[in-house]
Amino acid sequence: MKKLKYIVVACALGITGCATTAPENLFQVAETSLQDRQLQSRFFETNNEVELLSAGVAVLQDMGYSIDETETKSGVVTASKTVDATNNAQIAGAVLLAVLGGGNMSIDSQQQIKVSFVTLPSKNNKNGYLARATFQRIVTNTQGQVTKAETMKTEELYAEFFNKLSKSVFLEAQKI
Amino acid sequence: MNTLKIALFAACLTLITGCATTHDARILGADNQVELRSMQTRSFDTSDKTIVVRNVISTLQDLSFVIDKADTDLGTVSATRLYNGNKVRMTVTARPSSSSKSVIVRANAQYNLKPIENPKIYQDFFSSLSKSLFLSANAVE
Repeated sequence: MKKLKYIVVACALGITGCATTAPENLFQVAETSLQDRQLQSRFFETNNEVELLSAGVAVLQDMGYSIDETETKSGVVTASKTVDATNNAQIAGAVLLAVLGGGNMSIDSQQQIKVSFVTLPSKNNKNGYLARATFQRIVTNTQGQVTKAETMKTEELYAEFFNKLSKSVFLEAQKI
Repeated sequence: MNTLKIALFAACLTLITGCATTHDARILGADNQVELRSMQTRSFDTSDKTIVVRNVISTLQDLSFVIDKADTDLGTVSATRLYNGNKVRMTVTARPSSSSKSVIVRANAQYNLKPIENPKIYQDFFSSLSKSLFLSANAVE
């Protein structure tokens, strides 16, 4: 009878093991979509899209990114960088665990950040362009395992990015 | 008792082999290509491919994608979305129809290691795209 249980468990594992299909609501627009758009976009009063794009490239370079792809005809720039991801709280936790004899705990070691910067002629105001930036990151730990894979949505990040961009383009970034 | 065990074991084996697709299908794609193509394709009544490409890009951004590559001449856009530790890769192409009166958009996406074959998911994408374009998405024969 015990063996039968094991077989049932193995069967259950077999079923869950291959169920990694995409959730049905994957491409449904999130409720926060409008807020995200406002967070990630600014309006610039200019008729020169290429100038705006090249200002974006300059800001990304200032921030230490390397440019991966550019396409001026549809206003796309993508850039990426890999940087340190250690944070003091995690290191303290790992040290404490080691002191208590808990052995080796893996901590976040590096993060790969990717950003796309897109310009779009504004539909509401013909005298300008919308610029939208989206940041995402993959964090890996000291053992090379992925611990986080996410879209970055912190307000300060985008505020700072557009602050730098408006300085670079000599235009004022207007909230949408 | 023994027969029951054997039967369960056999059922288990079928389950395991059942989800392991053959080597060729993983590289060359599944056999249901016609079905897939129809769920992944819509046509939009416009002759301006560039506008379609730009709206594809902004729709993808609305869905939290980061654009990896875009080529306006070819009409291709590739993007990646990181979602609760999962990776969604998507390529969207826009090409003029043979009559040049409409633009045909095809989207295909992959969720982690598996292609997305759920029509509902593609429907949601095309519905967002058509809202953004102010055009209705028509099925392609």
